[in-house]
Amino acid sequence: MLASAAELERWATLLRIDCVRMLAVAKSGHLDSSLSAADIVAALYYRVLRHDPGNPDWPERDRFVLCKGHAAPIQYAALAHHDYFPLEELMGVRQIGRALQGHPDMTRTPGVEVSTGSLGQGLSMCVGITLALRLDGLSETAHVFGLLSDGDCQEGQTWEAATAAAHFGVSNITAIVDYNHLQTDGTTEEIMDIADVRAKFEAFGWDAVEIDGHDMVEITEALERSRSLDRPAAIVCQTTKGKGVSAMEGRFGFHGKPPDPELAAGALGELEARLEQQTRAIQDG
Amino acid sequence: MAEAKTEPTATRHAYGDALVELGEVHEEIVALDADLAVSTQAIKFGKRFPDRFFNCGAAEANMMSMACGLAATGKVPYCSTFAIFAAGRAYDQVRLGIAHNELKVRIGASHGGVSLGEDGASHQMIEDIALMRAMPRMQVVVPADYNQAYRAVLESFESNDEPMYMRFGRPSTPVVYDEIPETLGGGVDVVREGKDISLIATGHMVWRALEAAESLEREDGVEAEVLNVSIVKPIHSEPVLESISKTGVAVTAEEHRVVGGLADAVRHVAAEQHPVPIFAVGMGDEFGISGTGEACMEHFGLTARGIADRAREALVLKPIVSRPPLFGPEWT
Repeated sequence: MLASAAELERWATLLRIDCVRMLAVAKSGHLDSSLSAADIVAALYYRVLRHDPGNPDWPERDRFVLCKGHAAPIQYAALAHHDYFPLEELMGVRQIGRALQGHPDMTRTPGVEVSTGSLGQGLSMCVGITLALRLDGLSETAHVFGLLSDGDCQEGQTWEAATAAAHFGVSNITAIVDYNHLQTDGTTEEIMDIADVRAKFEAFGWDAVEIDGHDMVEITEALERSRSLDRPAAIVCQTTKGKGVSAMEGRFGFHGKPPDPELAAGALGELEARLEQQTRAIQDG
Repeated sequence: MAEAKTEPTATRHAYGDALVELGEVHEEIVALDADLAVSTQAIKFGKRFPDRFFNCGAAEANMMSMACGLAATGKVPYCSTFAIFAAGRAYDQVRLGIAHNELKVRIGASHGGVSLGEDGASHQMIEDIALMRAMPRMQVVVPADYNQAYRAVLESFESNDEPMYMRFGRPSTPVVYDEIPETLGGGVDVVREGKDISLIATGHMVWRALEAAESLEREDGVEAEVLNVSIVKPIHSEPVLESISKTGVAVTAEEHRVVGGLADAVRHVAAEQHPVPIFAVGMGDEFGISGTGEACMEHFGLTARGIADRAREALVLKPIVSRPPLFGPEWT
């Protein structure tokens, strides 16, 4: 049975809690970038993706590529909750000798399709995957979802990939943009305004929609709709960096900074209260 | 199997020819190119297997990352473009997407060095071997002629699953191997035996080193040994050590900067295991220039004469450094 919007929202909170814990322990990593993507990642892993954690190499699986590799914690949390690896591994993120690297690493982490972390490369990798699936006759069954950041959209290569997807007539690809408007040095508007990303994808020949990246109904509808299209699909998600932790939400200065103990405690208090509320609401039907 | 060439032929033609032969046998092979398929000769594969050929247009970074996605999904991509774009423009894409991921991707980098000629410095890649040698897990193959290049491409599929950079050239190049060799072996062949000096060359410089050896014998009575290093990384140290320990002095020759390429690879082996004077023929701290391919080679001394002259300088040094001890009792 498909997870309801309320259930997905609860999962998103749970993943956010894991991210805060992981990075508080690691004392390193990109928390706010993970939080802005939490609702999208929860919708993917708990409802949209066709995948089999018991058989990560299943040829017909959907592929998820975290183009914005710096948000690795949110994907790690989702993978762990789907038993790709033990939950305990989460607390070893970014530490020497452990499986979970600072950015997703296909050679070390089950469930990671390709290594990412250098912005701009992910969407091209997605296009390559779709072409391989086509040669294997799996275009109709397996869909490729790439999750991009606004930084990805500043990189020129993303637009090379957008051109190629349209040129090769790829239809089983969805580019999801986590447009949170904040980057390392300031707002995207100040640093390098990427402006109307939806219109850009549309100009490149993609089906392109813009949604609220924290509205679970809009997210799931857009993702599921994108599967049925006969051309590449872009979903530009307007998001808030640090979403779910009010001390961080939309505030500049947290990119790449782990939560200090005080911030982590406050964040966990806030998120756990929400989780309890969401759990109760689901139980009460 | 193609006929061995006897007339001078460009190594890039071997890439195109052998790729078709591989494609006939291995369905998982796909070829990618970036609007240079005629120059790189990938077009031959494209015509024979249009469904498995992807021309990516002038977007090399995208091509390399696409190759990552294809390889991660079970295909074996052969990616071709000019060396300048393969190793230069797309370095980061090759690094993370291909080398880091240990994916079986073969990069066919054509028009390496200055012998591409007229297009000039913007297109003459003289540091690709250094870049690719420095990249973890990347193998670097530089065949000497068409016949060896043909074998190199065939062997690239079967040899191993590690990423590989193969460098080919634009100009027609005299044959060094009469037949298509059965294998590249360890990647170091003694193509001429000698006892006085080792001439260690790669790619387009191998036939020139053989000519240099002829002139050294004719004019100086020097018996030069010539080694062809077709696999620059990982370099097979034993034949190199065997030769330099016999001759006591060496000259390396490459159509590349003397930094980071064959010279450094050989010097690294020698410095740790058998130090001897090793002089280098290659590009100094400078960029290429426009002219015919051969004029460019001559301009930078990348010729048989250039190698022979360097060998003569090295031979002057040989008795001095090989008379130990320099500061012993006999000198006081």
